[in-house]
Amino acid sequence: MTFPHRHLLGIEQLSAPDLTRLLDLADTFLEISERPIKKVPTLRGRTVINLFMENSTRTRTSFEIAAKRLSADAVNISGSGSSTSKGETLLDTARNLEAMRPDIVVLRHSASGSPHFIAQRVGCAVVNAGDGAHEHPTQALLDCATIRKHKGRIDGLEVAICGDITHSRVARSNILALSRLGARVRVCGPGTMLPVGIEAMGATVVRRLDDALDGADVVMMLRIQKERQGAPLIPNTREYARTFGLGPRNVGLAKPDAIIMHPGPINRGVELDPAVADGSRSVILDQVTYGVAVRMAVLYLLGGGIEVSTSGGSAGSDAEKRS
Amino acid sequence: MNYVLRDGRIIDPTSKRDEEADLVIENGRVTRIGRGLRAPAASREIHCKGLLVTPGFVDLHTHLREPGQEYKEDIASGTRAAAAGGFSTVCCMANTTPVNDCRAVTDLIVRRAREVGATRVFPVGAITKGLGGAELAEMAEMREAGIVAVSDDGLPVMNAELMRRALEYARTFGLPVVQHCEDKHLAAGGVMNESASSTRAGLKGQPSAAESVMVARDLELVALTGARYHVAHVSAAASVRLLREARKRGLPVTCEVTPHHLTLTDVVCCGYDTATKVAPPLRTQADIDALKEALADGTIDAVATDHAPHSLVEKDVEFDLAAFGMVGLETALPLLLGLVEDKVITLERAVYLLTAGPAQIFAFPEAFGTLIEGVVADVTIIDPAARWTVQREALLSKSKNTPFHGRAVLGRVKATLVGGRIAYDGSGELAQPGEGKG
Repeated sequence: MTFPHRHLLGIEQLSAPDLTRLLDLADTFLEISERPIKKVPTLRGRTVINLFMENSTRTRTSFEIAAKRLSADAVNISGSGSSTSKGETLLDTARNLEAMRPDIVVLRHSASGSPHFIAQRVGCAVVNAGDGAHEHPTQALLDCATIRKHKGRIDGLEVAICGDITHSRVARSNILALSRLGARVRVCGPGTMLPVGIEAMGATVVRRLDDALDGADVVMMLRIQKERQGAPLIPNTREYARTFGLGPRNVGLAKPDAIIMHPGPINRGVELDPAVADGSRSVILDQVTYGVAVRMAVLYLLGGGIEVSTSGGSAGSDAEKRS
Repeated sequence: MNYVLRDGRIIDPTSKRDEEADLVIENGRVTRIGRGLRAPAASREIHCKGLLVTPGFVDLHTHLREPGQEYKEDIASGTRAAAAGGFSTVCCMANTTPVNDCRAVTDLIVRRAREVGATRVFPVGAITKGLGGAELAEMAEMREAGIVAVSDDGLPVMNAELMRRALEYARTFGLPVVQHCEDKHLAAGGVMNESASSTRAGLKGQPSAAESVMVARDLELVALTGARYHVAHVSAAASVRLLREARKRGLPVTCEVTPHHLTLTDVVCCGYDTATKVAPPLRTQADIDALKEALADGTIDAVATDHAPHSLVEKDVEFDLAAFGMVGLETALPLLLGLVEDKVITLERAVYLLTAGPAQIFAFPEAFGTLIEGVVADVTIIDPAARWTVQREALLSKSKNTPFHGRAVLGRVKATLVGGRIAYDGSGELAQPGEGKG
């Protein structure tokens, strides 16, 4: 069975079976990271370029480790700000990289739609590692994988996503992925951080945090993205923490077995009290662990690892049998 | 050369003519209209059976990019594109480099248009020096040099006091003030319309209120000053509602709409095609419905193209970084005829919106947009049955930034005459020497 997509541009293009396949595959790849020798030959000889035009530590490292654990050659390129700061356009940068014949380019960029723009103009596979306020598909996949591990399912769950929804690509990808897999998603935040028409993507808007938490199986807290906001959207972080922060005071409104998630980086004491971030319900570090497995699954499917894995008898072929 | 346009369906909204007849052109003017007319001496016949013969189109909103941005367009290429679209008159906006904010620049544009222009060109002068929004531009001298309106198009006049003074000052010289309505603060950073589509695309939106709050403010300033005011490229349902009310109050206000705001919704921006990035942004179906209603009921007086050529340098980039604007001269007619086919407006109304409607809005030196005996022979000949597909490579404009590439359309310009001369000849037949049927 071949994966019916050449690129991973967003959750938008993925069907529920596509999502389930990626999650199943991630589950099998998870085990590789627990081995003493954390490497399989699946993508040996393939080249993955991580083109990060916007700051990132977690996601870039996660993609790099994922590529290396599949034996791909991983190259990291970091550019600060937009590509135009050096006078070279993003398109020229991408075309130059393409001329070095990579198999996959993983792109993070501050402009929404940049991966789509590049994917139409280069020959290699393109993975969206976060584009502006649009999508962050591998984050949603790792969140779904984490939820599935802890809850055993996604279908029928009540998921609350709280914070700066307007500027969050994580929220958008999660709304799409979770609703496609049968969860009910509520979004919550101050009115200045709730984008117009978010309901059309499959979320219910809740104004007060208490109502968002009420009966939730999963609570996903988001950071205030000051770097993406123009005019200030809240008076200050003190008032925000009091009205939209999750702490011991209100965490009990969620279901007793609810899990607490955060895509990171956390602003401790703003959206998340340390007692909750580090508490027993927090699965934040599981998310990071799953990040590597999910990205291995993505690189595997887009990197054409199937032929190699069959001859090598690697985890990849096992994964194929399972899916 | 004199011409007889034989047996065409002549549509002239001003004289309410809609009949099959002959039209005789002598010495650059329309001299006779009627059936079975005898050809004058030294004339050629153009066979127009089955074709529409209308006044030459008048575009109130064109960016010719000369002086200063000739790599995008120049007066020669822009007016060739205009003539191919059926336009015999274009009004070019002031946001050139340098800005058309003084007599010297107006003179330059008028002279270049005389030398190389395929159509008539009337410059629009800036409202403020350098489009800076701070000091009034030299409207009196520009008026002497030939401007027909003033506008800071591309930028709004944000300062209400300055806008008041601009209205008062322009009124002195009989110049309408054309506003690009966009509240800078509400629109800041927005690259498309704010809606469920912008949320889905993760692109920063501009609310339609960014336009309508400025329309509302300006209408109060018109009431204060009594000056002639024209809203460029109206796009929002709320703006149309305000303008309709203002007309009922008797305020001297007019507005134009572009073909693209009548035919495309903001959903098309979700593919990140930078050809769809335009100011004001493409809006929602509800806005389109309101615009169509206003087209039909007379609230909107003109269709204007806002032809805004940009090169690949500005357009083959990330959506956030791309320039606003799309070319429109060569697609305006078929897009409007599409509305006729869909029974949104009548054919006569469509012709009016491209001719007599716009011709009455700016301070033109003579009567354009009508076909009656004695007027200059600006005439457009249209094949209403031609079905064709828009191809960006086939556009005569230097720039190819159209979102309509690949669109199947109905109705095509066969020829455009400007002052009795053939400015565009789509079939290539009219350029042949000698007598005979065209």
